[in-house]
Amino acid sequence: MSIEDSDIKKIAHLARIGIADGDIPGYAKELSNIMDLVEQMNAVDTESIEPMAHPLHAVQRLRDDVVSEPDLREAAQALAPETEAGLYLVPKVIE
Amino acid sequence: MHNKSLAELAKGLQAREFSSEELTSSLLDRLEEKNAELNAFVTITRDNALEQARAADQKIAAGEAGLLTGVPIAQKDIFCTKGVKTTCGSKILDNFISPYDAHTVENCNDAGLVMLGKTNMDEFAMGSSNETSYYGAVKNPWNLDCVPGGSSGGSAAAVAARLVPAATGTDTGGSIRQPASLCGITGIKPTYGRVSRYGMIAFASSLDQGGVFTQNAGDAALMMGVMAGFDPRDSTSLDRPVPDYTATLNESVSGLKIGVPKEYFSEGLEAGTAEIIQAAIKEYEKLGAKIIEISLPNSALAIPTYYVIAPAECSSNLSRFDGVRYGYRSDNVTDLESLYVNSRSEGFGAEVKRRIMIGTYVLSAGYYDAYYIKAQKMRRLISDDFEQAFKQVDVIMGPTAPSPAFKIGEKTDDPVSMYLSDLYTGAVNLAGLPGMSIPAGFDHGLPVGLQLIGNYFDEALLLNVAHQFQLATDFHKQAPSGYA
Amino acid sequence: MEWEVVIGLETHAQLSTRSKIFSGAATAYGAAPNSQACLVDLGFPGQLPVLNKEAVRMAVKFGLAIDAEIGMRSVFARKNYFYPDLPKGYQISQFELPIVGKGEINVVQEDGTTKTVGITRAHLEEDAGKSMHEGFAEHSGIDLNRAGTPLIEIVTEPDIRSAKEAVAYAKKLHALLLYLEICDGNMQEGSFRCDANVSMRPKGQKEYGTRAEIKNLNSFRFMEKAINYEIERQVDVLESGEKVVQETRLYDSDKDETRSMRSKEEANDYRYFPDPDLLPVELEQSFIEGVRKTLPELPDVKRARFVSDYILSDYDATILTDSRPLADYYEAVVIVCKESKLAANWVMGDFSAFLNKDNKDLAESPVSAEMLGGMLNRITDNTISGKIAKTVFEAMWAGEGDVDTIVEAKGLKQVTDTGAIEAIVDEVMANNTGQVEAYKSGKEQLFGFFVGQVMKASKGKANPAMVNELLKTKLNS
Repeated sequence: MSIEDSDIKKIAHLARIGIADGDIPGYAKELSNIMDLVEQMNAVDTESIEPMAHPLHAVQRLRDDVVSEPDLREAAQALAPETEAGLYLVPKVIE
Repeated sequence: MHNKSLAELAKGLQAREFSSEELTSSLLDRLEEKNAELNAFVTITRDNALEQARAADQKIAAGEAGLLTGVPIAQKDIFCTKGVKTTCGSKILDNFISPYDAHTVENCNDAGLVMLGKTNMDEFAMGSSNETSYYGAVKNPWNLDCVPGGSSGGSAAAVAARLVPAATGTDTGGSIRQPASLCGITGIKPTYGRVSRYGMIAFASSLDQGGVFTQNAGDAALMMGVMAGFDPRDSTSLDRPVPDYTATLNESVSGLKIGVPKEYFSEGLEAGTAEIIQAAIKEYEKLGAKIIEISLPNSALAIPTYYVIAPAECSSNLSRFDGVRYGYRSDNVTDLESLYVNSRSEGFGAEVKRRIMIGTYVLSAGYYDAYYIKAQKMRRLISDDFEQAFKQVDVIMGPTAPSPAFKIGEKTDDPVSMYLSDLYTGAVNLAGLPGMSIPAGFDHGLPVGLQLIGNYFDEALLLNVAHQFQLATDFHKQAPSGYA
Repeated sequence: MEWEVVIGLETHAQLSTRSKIFSGAATAYGAAPNSQACLVDLGFPGQLPVLNKEAVRMAVKFGLAIDAEIGMRSVFARKNYFYPDLPKGYQISQFELPIVGKGEINVVQEDGTTKTVGITRAHLEEDAGKSMHEGFAEHSGIDLNRAGTPLIEIVTEPDIRSAKEAVAYAKKLHALLLYLEICDGNMQEGSFRCDANVSMRPKGQKEYGTRAEIKNLNSFRFMEKAINYEIERQVDVLESGEKVVQETRLYDSDKDETRSMRSKEEANDYRYFPDPDLLPVELEQSFIEGVRKTLPELPDVKRARFVSDYILSDYDATILTDSRPLADYYEAVVIVCKESKLAANWVMGDFSAFLNKDNKDLAESPVSAEMLGGMLNRITDNTISGKIAKTVFEAMWAGEGDVDTIVEAKGLKQVTDTGAIEAIVDEVMANNTGQVEAYKSGKEQLFGFFVGQVMKASKGKANPAMVNELLKTKLNS
């Protein structure tokens, strides 16, 4: 499996990870090696196998519709990089 | 005092041989000194600890103490601790003071345990050597040039060096068992869902499970009694009663059917480790157990499967670290895109970024079926292998790790060889089964762990089987020189 | 060339639960920014989702109401993308296995014909927060109160063929959600939001054209205008020989146009996968039957019943069953006054007009169904005329009491005493001898003039039928 430089750029963008142009080929090689390991899976025929998303054979528990959480804005926003008037600030979003 | 086990310290406190404050203070002094060379702790919470210790002493005095009230422990820095820095080994959370306690932390507090600090770990639990931590590598107390294993390397080193009698950990692909093996201590990862994931910072949600490191199986049984239990805040938490894990420790293993997977003794396993594991299994035979060779045909594919599922889940789980609501925000922000990209690129270390990239790749359009769905199908096959095996045997045994501790820096340039450290442990997480590692001997002075794998919810049996071995051997009693 | 438009609608309706879909934070609208965003909603490390039972119940209720397949096993998936109003970097939604499968909704159109719109699916998901762009120079402010509010996303087949049909469907869906009491339907507050997928094709062609998705259709009026604008735009593009670009477009109601949303233009790859923090939702048949028992009489059934029970036209029945409160009000009026047609006229007429005029909700009406029914009874028993009734209704609306109190206080009782009316008629004829002469010499259109004069002299209280009769007799004698 060979991951191309263009794949790295695409994935990096989706993941919002910055990779310097000079590092892209190295990254591509490293990820290709890992994907080679991953592709050992292809030795097994899994045609008729049901995918397993979860180790438990359990089903989702349902919560009663009760308001249990108090206003914790002050405590939560004490941890925020930038807030104003109770809002989290980010650079202007252009729609 | 530091050499005493959890149970011995609990007994001493109840007998008023020493107070929790005395104990805590003495352990803190030693910890602060030894941590300078081991780097096992990210945060030492002296003031909190002494406060908790004094409260524990009052409870003991008032006759309101529980079994473990006043005993000091450490928490892996993946568990959120209210009012205390919780970093997950990452720069991106270097400034994060959690506003709440994880379920495990609540349980430990309720039991009166005293937290001495938060232990170092691979960044976001991604690593098998504790070298990916933003706070630097942890040293293995058996040989300071070696890694303690990972990701819960700080907890393992802390217990091995007798800094604390117990420390919590989490295990996604071996992160409790492998460092327990490399540090010569006892580690247990219970059945998926047995310990709540609430407040345990997620790496791969369908694989992560909390557990504990101790000197011996009896102590692990005590700690499991504290940590296990239903939590309605975690949808994957199991609503089943928690047995008294200590009640069955002394049952005989005579007649126990032990399965030994032949695949675990093929290439990849170091000869020295193989010998020690074979000898340990022989020891069980002496104790009356029946050894049965079994096959887990897909076990070699556990690592490829794991390295699709874990990165896929982590790539999504770590999207929340975006520099908006908490954690690190880059100074170099001009627009929304640079806020995200720079905060994440500067905040995450190389291994975390690598796994986010792999995970993003295997979930992306055109690759999802080939990798992610394929891995989920492999996961079923691997799980089915265990199901078949447990029709024949009660417990499965084999090596925990392919080798003893390796040198710091030895595998950092080769991710694939690092990933193979989880060769024997990853499958257990894929299936969601409980597993343990217990000290089984030494290879050139470095400890080697025996892995025990149980059927679902068989923690009590695993602890019993481990305890019987420890009654017959004394590997678990040995401490690294300089830390005895 | 003759073009045909193909439209599919995606509607996001907020479910009226008290708490959020995956957390215990409140969902109330209008709270101080971020005061209703708990650690789960904020995507704090270590926080986990637990599904709200009421959200599931409401989604199932909707599915049963449109006779859809109910997903006995549904799975939550993560839709991954970065946006400041999406705290976790993914939205928990349903992808492969939604809770509601195929169904349909019948829509009665203006011309009286019924159109069946296929429902592809409806699934549960969490709402995002809100970005505020006003008031900051270089920043946007993020309020995450809305993050985690339960949504049901209802997706139609591309069955709709005009802007009017789209609006008729949306109105029908809106009414249905209100009937089911699972959504408050407040479009200004964003409780009910529609996106339209619009494409054009030459009439008669089977294949669909390239579609554009129009967002931000936050009123029925804007929906119609936006779709019509988009139809014209796409026809212009196609007729000039160019191609429609598949893209997301935003409707700008100030300029009455749609424009491309560049921020959404980049190729999205949402990397959906099952959320490992949540387990599959498996519904028991007993749960579904329990929900079925809570289903109210649905609009179509109610309309048919109104036509047969109250002998109403299809048109009247449609209007009266448009909303459940109005239908309930009407039925409460009919309990008091059995004249169902008269009741229908008043409920659809003056009553609705007064509500509109004062911009009031039905629940805030100062005139109860009992009061209105009581007044109608006074019309049918000839205590007041229909005309006087308007005065009475206005007084009731102003809070002056019930019909009898007002009639008494204002002396509005209709005069039905033949002698008294005869005296007024005589007086009017005596005062207008010229007109009487003219009438008698054949100017019969003056009859109305005499009626008017008599009614005026009686201050409107004379029984109009008796006035007519007496005038006729006397003028023709």
